[in-house]
Amino acid sequence: MELLAQQLITGIATGGIYACMALAVVMIYQAIHHLNFAQGEMAMFSTFIAWQMLAWGVPYWLVIPLTVVVSFAGGVAIERLVIRPLGDAPVLSHIVVFIGLFAIINSLAGFIWDFTIKPFPSPFGEGSQFGGLISNHQIGMIAVTMTVLVMLFLFFQYTRVGLAMRAAAENPASARLVGIRVGWMIALGWGMAAAIGAVAGILIAPIVFLEPNMMLSILLYGFAGAVLGGLTSPTGAVFGGFMVGIIENLAGTYIPEIGGELKLPIALFLIVTVLVFKPTGLFGRTVVQRV
Amino acid sequence: MSKLLEVTGLHASYGDFRVLHGLDFSVEKGGISTLLGANGAGKTTTLRALCGMIKRSGTIRYDGNDIGSKATEEIVRMGVAHVPEGRGTFTGLTTEENLECGAMTRSSRAEIARDMEQVYHWFPRLRERRAQQAGTLSGGEQQMLAIARALMLRPRLMLLDEPSFGLAPMIVQEMFSILRKVNEEEDVAMLIVEQNAGVVLELADTAFVLETGGIVMSGTAAEIRDNETIRAAYLGY
Repeated sequence: MELLAQQLITGIATGGIYACMALAVVMIYQAIHHLNFAQGEMAMFSTFIAWQMLAWGVPYWLVIPLTVVVSFAGGVAIERLVIRPLGDAPVLSHIVVFIGLFAIINSLAGFIWDFTIKPFPSPFGEGSQFGGLISNHQIGMIAVTMTVLVMLFLFFQYTRVGLAMRAAAENPASARLVGIRVGWMIALGWGMAAAIGAVAGILIAPIVFLEPNMMLSILLYGFAGAVLGGLTSPTGAVFGGFMVGIIENLAGTYIPEIGGELKLPIALFLIVTVLVFKPTGLFGRTVVQRV
Repeated sequence: MSKLLEVTGLHASYGDFRVLHGLDFSVEKGGISTLLGANGAGKTTTLRALCGMIKRSGTIRYDGNDIGSKATEEIVRMGVAHVPEGRGTFTGLTTEENLECGAMTRSSRAEIARDMEQVYHWFPRLRERRAQQAGTLSGGEQQMLAIARALMLRPRLMLLDEPSFGLAPMIVQEMFSILRKVNEEEDVAMLIVEQNAGVVLELADTAFVLETGGIVMSGTAAEIRDNETIRAAYLGY
C-alpha cells in the first residue's frame, strides 16, 4: 500500500513536469499548427542558464525568476527570427527547421558547458516528509507546477491578453478584424512556452541530472501527454501529462517485464495507441479541414 | 457632406488572377453606401481589399489618411469594423467573450461595459446567450453576434458582407432596422455588400453596381431602385 502511494506521488510529481512540457507544446501547436521538436532543448538550455547563475553564486530565489525572464525573451526571439520568416511554408520545412533548432541548441549547450553529467541542486533542499513517503523536492515540484498551471488558467480565462491569445489561435483572420496583433500573440505564446519549459527543466534537473540530452525523454513523455489529452486542448494536455506520469510509474513498478528500463517505450506505446484508436485525444475536438 | 471613405482606382488580385479592375466609389460621413452585384462580381473581394486582407493597389483614403498599404489590424484600430462573409465568429469562445474581443483595441473598462449593455439592449437574444459557446448559436444569432462584435469597436465605418445571407426574411427585417438605428443614433457610416438588393436599397443612400470586377452603374439608392433596366439586368428582382 505504501509502495502504491509512493509511486502515485512520484507519478504526480513527474507528471506535473510532463504536463508543463505538454502544455508548452500545445500552446505553440495551437498558434502555428506544428509540433515544436526543439521544446525540450529550449528547456534544457534554460536549465543550463540557471545552473550557470548558481555557479556564479546568484541566490536560488533570484535564479528562477531571472531564468524565466531570459527564457521568455529567448522564446520570443526564436519566433521572430526563425519561425516567423517561415510563414506558411509546408510542414516538411517546419520539421526541418525544428530539427535544426534541436541540433543547434543541443550542441551549443555541449559546446559551452560540455557533455559531462552535472548534479543540479534542488531549490527545496534535501530531506523528506511523512516518514520518507514524499521528498521535499517532490512536494516542491507538485506545488510549483500546480501554481504555474493555475496561474496560466487564470491568465487565459480572465485577462484581456489571454482572451486575445485564445482568439488569435482559434481564428487568426477574425482576430485581425477586431484589431488583435496576431503576430505578436504568436510570439508571446512562444515566450510563454519557453518560460514554462524553463520551470519544468529546473524542477526535473535535480532528478535526471543536468546534461544536454536531459530533456529528450521528458519531451517524449510531454508529447505523449499532449497526444493523450488532445493536441487541441490545453486542459487535455495538462491532464494527459499527469496521466502519463502516473501510468509510467505504476507500470514500471507493478509490471516486472517493464521495470525501470522499458519505461520510455510506454510513452511511445501511448502515442501510437491514442493515434490509432482516438486521434483527437481524450479532450480534443475534430478539426474539419476544407480542401 | 464630406467623404469618410474615398476609393479610386482600386485593383486587387488573387495570385496572378486580377479580380478588381480599378473601382471608384465612396462612403459619406455618416452615410450608407451599398455595393450590389451578382455572385462572383467581386463584392467580397472589394471589402477584403479595403481591409488589407488581400494584395491591392490604388488609393484608399479613410478619414483623410491613406490606408492603402496598412495592415488589417492597424486599419481596424482606426475605427473600421469589418463583418466578414461567414460571420467570422470565434466559435470556441462564449458570446460575451466574442463581444469583449470586439472591444480589444479600447482601453476604458467603464465605456466597454456601457457599450456591452447597449449592444445587449439592441440584441436581447445575445444577452440570453451570453455564457453560451458562440458555435452553438443559430445562424441568425451568430449574424447578430458578428454585428454586435463589430459595434463593440465603436467604429466610424462598418463594412458588412452579406448580412442577410441565410437568414429568414423576418430576421433580415429586424437586423436592417437595427442597422438603421445604429446609423442614425451613433452616426456610424456603412458600406454594405448585398445580393438582397431590395432590402438594402431601402436603407442605403448611395448604391454602386458591380459586374465582373468593375463598377457599371452608380447613383442614389432611389435612382437605382426606380430604374427598371438596371433592376432587370443586374439585380434580378
